[in-house]
Amino acid sequence: MDLVQLQRQLVEYRTSLYHEGFLDAQFTQLQELQDENNPDFVVEVVSLFFEDSERLLNELTTALEQQSVDFKRVDAHVHQLKGSSSSIGAQRVQKVCIAFRNYCEEKNVEGCLKCLQQVKHEYSLVKTKLESMFQLEQQILSAGGSIPM
Amino acid sequence: MGGGCGGDSSEDVAVVELGDEPHVLAVDDNLIDRKLVEKLLKNSSCKVTTAENAPRALDYLGLGNDTLEGTVSKVNLIITDYCMPGMTGYELLKKIKESSVLKEVPVVIMSSENIPTRISECLEEGAKMFMLKPLKQSDVKQLKWHLMECRN
Repeated sequence: MDLVQLQRQLVEYRTSLYHEGFLDAQFTQLQELQDENNPDFVVEVVSLFFEDSERLLNELTTALEQQSVDFKRVDAHVHQLKGSSSSIGAQRVQKVCIAFRNYCEEKNVEGCLKCLQQVKHEYSLVKTKLESMFQLEQQILSAGGSIPM
Repeated sequence: MGGGCGGDSSEDVAVVELGDEPHVLAVDDNLIDRKLVEKLLKNSSCKVTTAENAPRALDYLGLGNDTLEGTVSKVNLIITDYCMPGMTGYELLKKIKESSVLKEVPVVIMSSENIPTRISECLEEGAKMFMLKPLKQSDVKQLKWHLMECRN
């Protein structure tokens, strides 16, 4: 595939991610923060998000497996995940977190478990999509091209 | 704060010289948010120090239990998250306003939740601004303008 085709593919892919609600305007903000002094800013922040989210999802799984669930603890983790996903523009993950927090407030274990499953699913989807997008960007850069905005 | 202490200045207020970068202390327990706010502030030509919780922030400011003599750092603005485990941003704000040394430093509170009572509580306690997360570059620009206005 030639450079122009790659660039077109990236733009289309990125647009679809916004259309499908995987990313929102906050992700655009992140991209706008990247500059020559910090050319890897977006990848760095998103990588931090992946690490942090995986940690939180593990904590949530453990917390909800307990005989007596500590909902304050669960809520604290979801609050963190909601914050991070909001900060990078991972809209679908953030939305599940909102529902998740409501179930925490109601001390509804089943609701929480359902949300945990959903948030794991959404997280996995956005992770895959962002990784694909970064790969496309890398291909473009390796071909000597620049990333279209 | 920048120069202007003694010498030519006969005013009580420390005068900021042109070219001084404001030094901002950013407090947030969320790693991603810390990285973001740091970048936003650096993009606005601020020198940034981050702290992951209120006690660490207090130490840095010289109000903590573990502050060593002679290591107190001067900051021109403190921006803190509201929801933090242990000591909240609101409690941090109170401690800063209670300090004779630091009460003049503007404090900005950030929160992902838009709760009117929370906002008025912070403003009443002396917060300069309340900002909704996630922060955008335009928010930080506004903040800096406000800060520079306070200094001049």
